[in-house]
Amino acid sequence: MAKLIFEMSKPGRTAYSLPRCDVETCGSDVLIPEKYRRKKDAELPEVSETDVIRHFTELSRMNHGVDTGFYPLGSCTMKYNPKVNEDIAGMDGFRAVHPLQDDETAQGCIRILYEMDRMLSEITGMDRFSLQPAAGAHGELAGLLVIRAYHAHRGDTGRNKIIVPDSAHGTNPASAAMAGFEIIEVKSDERGGVDLEELKAAVGPDTAGLMLTNPNTLGLFDENIKEIADIVHDAGGLLYYDGANANAIIGVCRPGDMGFDVVHLNLHKTFSTPHGGGGPGSGPVGVKKELEPFLPVPLAEYDGKQYRLDYDRPLSIGRVRSFYGNFGVILRAYAYIRTMGPDGLRKVAENAVLNANYLMHRLKGHFDLPYDRTCMHEFVLSYGRHKETGVRTLDIAKMLLDYGFHPPTVYFPLIVSEALMIEPTETESLETLDLFADTLISIADEAERDPEKVRTAPHRAYTSRLDEVRAARNPVLVYVDEDTAE
Amino acid sequence: MYRYIPNTREDQEKMLSAIGAGSVAELFSDIPEDIRLDRDLDLPDAMHEQELVSHMKAIASENVNTADHPCFLGAGVYDHFIPSVVGHVISRSEFYTSYTPYQPEISQGTLQAIFEYQTMICRLTGMDVSNASMYDGATAVAEAALMAVRSTGREKVLVSRGVHPQYREVLRTYAVHAGIGIAEVGLSGGMTDLDGLRDALSGEAGVAAVILQSPNFFGVIEDMEAATALAHEYGALTVACVDPVSLAILQPPGEYGADIAAGEGQPLGNPLNYGGPHFGFLAAKQKLVRKMPGRIVGQTTDSEGRRGFVLTLQAREQHIRREKAVSNICSNQALNALAATVYLSVMGKQGLKQVAELCLSKSHYAYSKLLATGRFEKVCDAPFFREFAVRSVDEPVETINRRLRDRGMIGGLALERYYPEMKNCWLVAVTEKRTRQEIDAFVEAAAGGGR
Repeated sequence: MAKLIFEMSKPGRTAYSLPRCDVETCGSDVLIPEKYRRKKDAELPEVSETDVIRHFTELSRMNHGVDTGFYPLGSCTMKYNPKVNEDIAGMDGFRAVHPLQDDETAQGCIRILYEMDRMLSEITGMDRFSLQPAAGAHGELAGLLVIRAYHAHRGDTGRNKIIVPDSAHGTNPASAAMAGFEIIEVKSDERGGVDLEELKAAVGPDTAGLMLTNPNTLGLFDENIKEIADIVHDAGGLLYYDGANANAIIGVCRPGDMGFDVVHLNLHKTFSTPHGGGGPGSGPVGVKKELEPFLPVPLAEYDGKQYRLDYDRPLSIGRVRSFYGNFGVILRAYAYIRTMGPDGLRKVAENAVLNANYLMHRLKGHFDLPYDRTCMHEFVLSYGRHKETGVRTLDIAKMLLDYGFHPPTVYFPLIVSEALMIEPTETESLETLDLFADTLISIADEAERDPEKVRTAPHRAYTSRLDEVRAARNPVLVYVDEDTAE
Repeated sequence: MYRYIPNTREDQEKMLSAIGAGSVAELFSDIPEDIRLDRDLDLPDAMHEQELVSHMKAIASENVNTADHPCFLGAGVYDHFIPSVVGHVISRSEFYTSYTPYQPEISQGTLQAIFEYQTMICRLTGMDVSNASMYDGATAVAEAALMAVRSTGREKVLVSRGVHPQYREVLRTYAVHAGIGIAEVGLSGGMTDLDGLRDALSGEAGVAAVILQSPNFFGVIEDMEAATALAHEYGALTVACVDPVSLAILQPPGEYGADIAAGEGQPLGNPLNYGGPHFGFLAAKQKLVRKMPGRIVGQTTDSEGRRGFVLTLQAREQHIRREKAVSNICSNQALNALAATVYLSVMGKQGLKQVAELCLSKSHYAYSKLLATGRFEKVCDAPFFREFAVRSVDEPVETINRRLRDRGMIGGLALERYYPEMKNCWLVAVTEKRTRQEIDAFVEAAAGGGR
């Protein structure tokens, strides 16, 4: 195992290089009253530059990324992250711009925000986008607050419930609760879509809206979407589109044309920006015209000559974040859209769906397929043999690690038992899909022949199986060494 | 052909025939005809790589940037020096192309780095536990307030007007819609008015949290010890919004008894990026750990007894608890927190102190030089760190900033934008990057001389 950076520390070693003080003023001992001063130094590591580089290089080698190998993590759209976009985000003209500079000195940045608003609106069939939300869940919160503000502005104050299907991402109900709504869960029907009868029974004068992912987390397109939209709209509610699965439909159909009123997109999924080990993402939120006044402030405007940030939006829900969002992420997504163009974006969806259907076809004889129909960008299998073999989906996932694959999402959606949710994306080749399918099939066979081997996997990863129960039962969340222990 | 899509026509045909589909269009037959897009998206045509780079360079050149123009603007985001090492580490694609570490056995790099990050944040703030990062300083403060509401069962929050105005706006967005009342505490002499705070605490029954920032929006070091004692006297928690660089030399929140420490982590090795991505940090006392939002990494062992790291205490989170989760946060700002971890490793115990001392000295040098010109006067007399407010005697701040821009510099913030009563007041930040020569030129231009 790698040492912790603290375990490499040795007093007197340095990795920094700082200028000497070139002004004659006093230090903190004079400028800061004693009672405000720190008495004991913060125990940060003392290491050399070589130590830093070796340490973090060693850590990086214990990680699997998209650049390392196939990463079919369902609902996460782990597509290739284009390198030129990293170069662009590293240009001084973008990375070294202060967010509070005058608009005249940040015309390029505001232009990116403005053009992204226009392009994302076209892609989704909406009228206006705010790029402020920092992640998908953050976009959900912003979008739900917009829905809340819209109803309130109309004096329609009794709408305090958000309807969420049982197949939804966990962030949907969590965001709705954070926005002050009660959550009504509706069941899926036997085809994996929203059960229309349940939905009809759930809507009423207290319905603020419905949150829906389409295609849903089963990877299935809800063909009743127009009826669903009518049911919700007729009851006076609004439709919220969770864009986590937008990779399936980009250039093919648009949430705005399906009847959605509010949309968020995950730029770190559909628009190829890297996930960074958990972030930064970006979750722009788009709306139809009637909801535009409620979007977060500021929005980017253009008068044909100058770009500017508009703060004069009295009905806005306010800010959801400082400044204008994860600009560096928005910039990468902008470069991606300009690289692909309209034809390329449609081909993204077409190939993502083709790859998923091919992989589903290769695997369906070897695993259970609870919803056997054409899928979109992802599909959900179930490992139904676990009672006979004693092997669980988790074990199969761990066994995949030995073959250099990141496992699919497991145990989600919650409505499928022993679920494996597989999303190959369009950036993977037929050869990779075949190798993955062959491997997964051989693991299923292995589970019959030698279940113990699968149950104790991984055998060739950086560590053997880690004890998550122990970590939660006796939380050790910071490093304590003898020198700093009180 | 598109370089990010490897399928050839032949591959596609092979796959379609395996599936038993006649065409790719057939795979989309679940989508009702009347909602299918029967045209191309109305977007600009695809660009080849060279064209894209030229296009982006041209847009970038429409911005004035701090790499070419000395920057005296701060107000929550600071132009600190970033060692080369930081960019090299976070450019390792094993880090930046990975997802949230759901599969710990092949994510030990990310997980151990977060564990190191949590440890560094706790050592800087003097708190017991830290999460893996928040979106930014503003949302970290808002989530800290929600945490305090959850753990006290009270529904009012007091926030000082010395807290970053945008943080207060975000707090309002988050809290008001969740039915939480927000009241502001005024300022006196550039600092939070502690008498006003006492009045607010005794007047408002059931205050969950008192939020102060130190150094505050004006760079002023607040009397956090007194404010914390006051909050505790009324059973409220203290949320300390702090600057991580200043903590190398300022008393940490853990020492003055704060319950939650939150703030903006950008100064630790993250570029300005026109406001993001940056990251927020959130740390707390042990007793609050199960109320904390976001990812937390814990130490454990593998089946052979070796140390390893996993995401833990997940019963707080949305993917397990859904609407009962403590927050909806899923993606965070992991790569930015990694940059901070590398930065703090490079700076270490001595280097971070030096950065803080340099900021302190240079900002005081700039302050006294500006006052000495006679064109600026004091706004207050309180001790400050890295940033300070002055009042221009006879010129609007916009005029001064325009003059600076003409001479290739980026001036400070017009405070009137956020504090209408602060006419002609200017917020100036001076980091370790500013040389004496730059500061002298800045002062000269600010005072209107040296044409």
